Amino acid sequence: MAKVLVVADMRRGKLRNVTFEMLGAASAIANGDAVAITLLGKNVAGLAKDLGDFGADAVYVVDAPELENYNSGTYRKALLTVIDQFNPGVLLLAHSAIGRDLAPMVAARLGAGQVSDITSFEGTGENLTFVRSIYAGKAFTKVSVKQGLAIATVRPNNLTLPAGGVGKPGTVQNVSVSFEPADLATLVKEIMAKANQGVDLTEAKVVVAGGRGVKDASGFTLLEQLADVLGGAVGSSRGACDAGYCDYSLQIGQTGKVVTPDLYIACGISGAIQHLAGMSNSKVIVAINKDPEAPIFQMSDYGIVGDLLEVVPRLTEEFKKILV
Amino acid sequence: MNILVCLKQTFDTEERIVLENGHVKEDGVRFVINPYDEYAVEEALRIKEEHDGQVTLVSVGPTRFEEAIRTALAMGADEAVLGDDPALFGDEFTISKVLAAIISQRPYDLILAGNQAVDDGSGQVSVRLAEELGIPHISMATKVEVEGNKVTVHRDAEGDTEIVTGVLPMVITAQQGLNEPRYPSLIGIRKASKKPLTHVTVQDLKLSAEDLAGRINVLETYLPKPKEAGRVLSGELTDVVRELAEALHTTEKVV
Ligand SMILES: Cc1cc2nc3c(=O)[nH]c(=O)nc-3n(C[C@H](O)[C@H](O)[C@H](O)COP(=O)(O)OP(=O)(O)OC[C@H]3O[C@@H](n4cnc5c(N)ncnc54)[C@H](O)[C@@H]3O)c2cc1C
Ligand SMILES: Nc1ncnc2c1ncn2[C@@H]1O[C@H](COP(=O)(O)O)[C@@H](O)[C@H]1O
Repeated sequence: MAKVLVVADMRRGKLRNVTFEMLGAASAIANGDAVAITLLGKNVAGLAKDLGDFGADAVYVVDAPELENYNSGTYRKALLTVIDQFNPGVLLLAHSAIGRDLAPMVAARLGAGQVSDITSFEGTGENLTFVRSIYAGKAFTKVSVKQGLAIATVRPNNLTLPAGGVGKPGTVQNVSVSFEPADLATLVKEIMAKANQGVDLTEAKVVVAGGRGVKDASGFTLLEQLADVLGGAVGSSRGACDAGYCDYSLQIGQTGKVVTPDLYIACGISGAIQHLAGMSNSKVIVAINKDPEAPIFQMSDYGIVGDLLEVVPRLTEEFKKILV
Repeated sequence: MNILVCLKQTFDTEERIVLENGHVKEDGVRFVINPYDEYAVEEALRIKEEHDGQVTLVSVGPTRFEEAIRTALAMGADEAVLGDDPALFGDEFTISKVLAAIISQRPYDLILAGNQAVDDGSGQVSVRLAEELGIPHISMATKVEVEGNKVTVHRDAEGDTEIVTGVLPMVITAQQGLNEPRYPSLIGIRKASKKPLTHVTVQDLKLSAEDLAGRINVLETYLPKPKEAGRVLSGELTDVVRELAEALHTTEKVV
């Protein structure tokens, strides 16, 4: 048994799915001990009710103007304050832009062990182990934290999403934190929102990804149409980004995002090892490529050898028919 | 300006992973500078060229790291420190303590590092290092501007770009897109062998047994199940497309 604290992951003022995935994991890990979740931000108190009935005994809300945008120093202080109050044995954060920055700061401050980007876990308390991929997904390790607070960052779309309704909506605890100049050693001056405002790529259930084979930016419109019909998001290879067909925020792979959708449709992507690093754990992989020898077919559950400019629109039409 | 770069040598990203007695086999593997650290080296050199200064590489790892260090020296870094005493090796907790112990013995204004090591790395060491040194950091930089002691960094936040400012000393971690690393020149390669490389052992550093013990136990390392070759659908395009859509809808239930 261990008390577990989850840091809610938000984007553009909304709770992300991974937050609920973490709450599900927290209940299993706590195994009867207390589970808490913390909301850090400005005007986030209202989100406490959206956490609904997912198994948190307490919701720690730190609502402050200094937390409006992610800032390393203020978020660090807010989280350390909540940790001090709740005293968890296990701390879960998302392996997202925020979690990746926040977790190691807090780990260092508390002298804690951290396991990054976990895809699954087993056991509880002393026997808690985490699984993470290494060497860009070419191997996995099972690890545990020897002593003290165990921190893990969680890869979205990998842990089971709980159904809710467990009879614990959680009591809200407002935590006040006073910030000092030292907490504002770095300042966010401006945010240029580039990423698409649609479906969140790392959380999408369907990803339609384009590579150099898409030929130009207008080719990506075809992929968007397919993604729209499937309620999915568009991603890309680095080849497509380098060629200027799309923004780097769409890049999937070793140096881009790691995605684990139910369905990944790779269009005009050769399947370089660095690309596979970002998508090989997808549940079902479909490849559309005009070269029958393309390595992506080795990784795929289904393949179509053909010109994507012809195949993708037909597929869009076919799904429209099926999904009416 | 004194610029330090934290540099790790990693497997070339193309390398196949082979396990031997539960450990990743290193024989015959091609090693490279961790790609993110290569961006950090390049950025350090650009800042030095603009503002003058000294670029020092700091590494903790086995003697084979010297090859990566020599490459970075050939790119233009001035000197290097390598902690190649096995007593210093460990998990992210330990490596960041060791790097901090090495770094706090010398002058620094700016520390550049990668945001992640592409082998068994986990994107912790550089941020932990900043905390160990008690200085701020900005992670995932795609652009760095230094003016006097002020820095302005563009950072990648899941595709959005944040413009973040701060004051030196600080740690900045490199993200893809920061720059295009240069190749070492012939003159650079010749000079590199004469540049100072200092070896550090556990006796040279103030570290406790607790610092060196680490926090993580690796219980098991294994390879993913090989994926069975999938089904390539063939025939008339209309039929193929229908077959695929049906399979995804009815059999796989992912649509
Ligand atoms: C350190 C490092 C990190 C990297 N990180 C990443 C990363 O994070 N993500 C990433 O993706 N890459 C990454 N790369 C690059 C990677 O090695 C490949 O270069 C890249 O993935 C290739 O992109 P691509 O498949 O779109 O292009 P290509 O390899 O050029 O493949 C294009 C494919 O499109 C097919 N095609 C062409 N026309 C058509 C058509 N009309 N219809 C159907 N198919 C068509 C071709 O047959 C071919 O298979 C990295 C490389 C390095 C060295
Ligand atoms: N052994 C090491 N020696 C020097 N720098 C390191 C070492 N390990 C990690 N780093 C630095 O920390 C960054 C993040 O590493 P990691 O936390 O292992 O993913 C790397 O890109 C390096 O800049």
